[in-house]
Amino acid sequence: MNTEVTPARRGILVLALIAAVMGYPFVFTSNYAIELGMLVLLGAFLGQAWNVAGGFAGQFSFGHAAFFGTGAYCSAILVSTYGVNPWLAFALAAVSGAVVGGIVGALSFRFGLRGSYFALITLAFAEILRVLADSVPITRGGLGILISADPGWKNLQFESSTGVYYFAAVLCAISLLIAYWLKTSRFGARLAAIRENEAAASALGVNVFWQKVHCLVLSGAMSAVGGAFYVQKYLFIDPYLAYNINRSVEMLLISMIGGAGTIFGPFVGALAIGLIGEGTRALSTAPGLSLVVYGLILILIIGFLPQGLIGLTSKLRRKGASNAS
Amino acid sequence: MWEFLVSAVINGLMSGAIYVLVALGLTLIYGVLHIINFAHGSLLMLGMYAAFFAWSMLGISPYVTLPFACLGGFVLGYLLYRGVIGRFSAGKDENILLITLGLAIIIENLSLFFFASDTRTISMPGGDDIIIIGWLMISVPKLISFVAALVLCAGLSLYISRSDLGKAIRAVAKERQGARVVGINVERIYAISYGLGIACLGAAACLLMTSFYVSPAVGHAFVLVAFTTVVLGGMGSFVGALVGGLIIGVAESVSGAFLGEQLGQIAIPLIFVLILLFRPTGLFRGSQ
Amino acid sequence: MLLEVDRLCKSFGGLQAVSDASVRLPEGGIVALIGPNGAGKTTLFASIAGFIAPDSGTVRFAGTDITGWKPHRICMAGMVRTFQITQPFSRLSVHENIMVGAYARTANAREAADRAEAVARQVGMHHLLQTESINLTVAARKRLELARALATQPRVLLLDEVMAGLNPTEIQEIVDVVKAIRTAGVSILLIEHVMQAVMSLAEKIYVLSQGAIIAEGLPQEVTSNTAVIEAYFGKKKVAA
Repeated sequence: MNTEVTPARRGILVLALIAAVMGYPFVFTSNYAIELGMLVLLGAFLGQAWNVAGGFAGQFSFGHAAFFGTGAYCSAILVSTYGVNPWLAFALAAVSGAVVGGIVGALSFRFGLRGSYFALITLAFAEILRVLADSVPITRGGLGILISADPGWKNLQFESSTGVYYFAAVLCAISLLIAYWLKTSRFGARLAAIRENEAAASALGVNVFWQKVHCLVLSGAMSAVGGAFYVQKYLFIDPYLAYNINRSVEMLLISMIGGAGTIFGPFVGALAIGLIGEGTRALSTAPGLSLVVYGLILILIIGFLPQGLIGLTSKLRRKGASNAS
Repeated sequence: MWEFLVSAVINGLMSGAIYVLVALGLTLIYGVLHIINFAHGSLLMLGMYAAFFAWSMLGISPYVTLPFACLGGFVLGYLLYRGVIGRFSAGKDENILLITLGLAIIIENLSLFFFASDTRTISMPGGDDIIIIGWLMISVPKLISFVAALVLCAGLSLYISRSDLGKAIRAVAKERQGARVVGINVERIYAISYGLGIACLGAAACLLMTSFYVSPAVGHAFVLVAFTTVVLGGMGSFVGALVGGLIIGVAESVSGAFLGEQLGQIAIPLIFVLILLFRPTGLFRGSQ
Repeated sequence: MLLEVDRLCKSFGGLQAVSDASVRLPEGGIVALIGPNGAGKTTLFASIAGFIAPDSGTVRFAGTDITGWKPHRICMAGMVRTFQITQPFSRLSVHENIMVGAYARTANAREAADRAEAVARQVGMHHLLQTESINLTVAARKRLELARALATQPRVLLLDEVMAGLNPTEIQEIVDVVKAIRTAGVSILLIEHVMQAVMSLAEKIYVLSQGAIIAEGLPQEVTSNTAVIEAYFGKKKVAA
């Protein structure tokens, strides 16, 4: 049997995926199911945001909440304190994430941080932002910011759970397009080169510093958009929700489990995590069980399947090919 | 004002000593295995729960639990290395970081699952005692922890520098291949060193529980403190862990006193960022 | 002179790795740098290519002073180096590896892919395009280093021990490829231990020993130079 993934096959798979995502709310009509679907799509989006830096460029970050939270707060403050149009605030949130991403990147890479040290410093940056959000008046400190409910598309607020779901689907689709662009563009090729070997990349004309900074700018902007979306959905943000380490870890887990550095990795990862979450909830509603499983899977992935769950498909394909021959 | 500052410094030194104990384990693990043990905070948290349950279910004071916690910590660390870390440690150093992150996630959430998110404290007899020297008020449990922590650090330091095992550990830390050549079982030393690092956490956990609280989320705060201390002091340096721990303790206390409870928390991550950017090798060169 | 290195010095701590080295590469020429191990050849290369900043001295490329420029800038200016220990982009295919080099001259993916394929053909790697570079043999990796560098359309190619680890057949094949590259218009400065390659390629040789250039000239002159022989083999004891 021919197990090669031809462009035609890939096209069919993508179409099937689009159909499945679009049709999901019509099959699973309960609010709970639709909300779950939305969370998977949001997770896929945020995972892809991490993937841009961690998977494609090899810059593992433990502090992506820094960008997520900044987008969330930027949007929340602009909308609730300054009455800015939520759509405009949404766009500005992306800018805020880009700026913070650029600063974190410029500082870290200017001083030569990479690998584990880079991971740790991003953690510290997120923590600094959390403390600041907890202490400065503009964020209302620990009280958090509430956005008054006024459903309707012009307020970027959702009247039904299907509305949120499709918005998340659009974000997810955009993130997949960005990932596809990275796979096929010069920028993405350079990031891959940097990931594999910085010295060699430099010798071939790649300005390693700037490419890494640009990568964090993009990753930060995407994460911030996720944060802004979160705020418009839940109408509330506080320092913990914005900047806590679990947020960062989740973005990392989704991408690593699904397959870092691939286009569909984060989607697969978010799906896996969503399913596992539901599975553990069936066993026990006490919090924590699902994360235990995620932690276990992370270790197993690193140890046995470093390409993530997506790597399984190519392993199976190879097995199929060798069985056939 | 002056008294305020001195008071904050003294209190900082007290908590700093415990940070030293925590950092000692981390710097030993880094110095020997060259891995950044992200699970350090959650393992500390586990030790603290152990001390708590020893008290709440068996009525045993944390001071009595301490030697058992050290032993238990050692065994747990040894097994963790053998079973998980050592097995998956091939390859890039980011891999180990992610593996220890995975461990941290598992430990923290198992704790959340079994113990729930409530904070637990031990209220021992004498737990609120204070020594008063002039205007200075020093909490007795904290003072005892301070002394105990320093004694344990000195003890471990001495052991590493005098004993045969300590020599083997230092040999492996300095020159792994050479150590192998002279017949040292490097994998065993790795496991032992990891175990020792976690044993330190057992001690620190018991001392902490005399004046602090535990909840599943506590690990995170301590991870950052531990890393900041170790990076400030110099990865792999015992003296660095001592100086670093005390400095961090004081910095945390003073900033909390002057900036307030919320903003004061910025001191540690800020120091961490500054050190990583401007002096990542730390104050002292590693190699105990 | 396309490349002029003037009195370059570099020391590490107390060790003088390169002292007062001057090298000239004419346009279209092939010049070799030889010398015993530890003579400072790779340090000199690294200083020329921007990986190390020299303590003193200048490097001029096509008339421009490029001393202290970063490697990527030097590459864009038209000079590129290969590495003694090959540095493939492990998880990328041969094609993707070479494309990184091609992207130095174009932002278009299609163009880069075509150029990479052409370069692969040029060095004889066309049949390996889809192979993951981590699965290549040593000889193939050397060709990949060459191909990647070529894809950047350099005027000067700095080859660092490209023959190391190859058997005589492979050496001859690479020598032919290098000659063809020069014919195509690229000037070459190479570090080499393998004398077979040096003698068949070099038009001029510089000999480096303990950081200093102790001889330079045509291959025949240099190889019969006593100072050079002593540098490699030590002073000859006169039989009593």
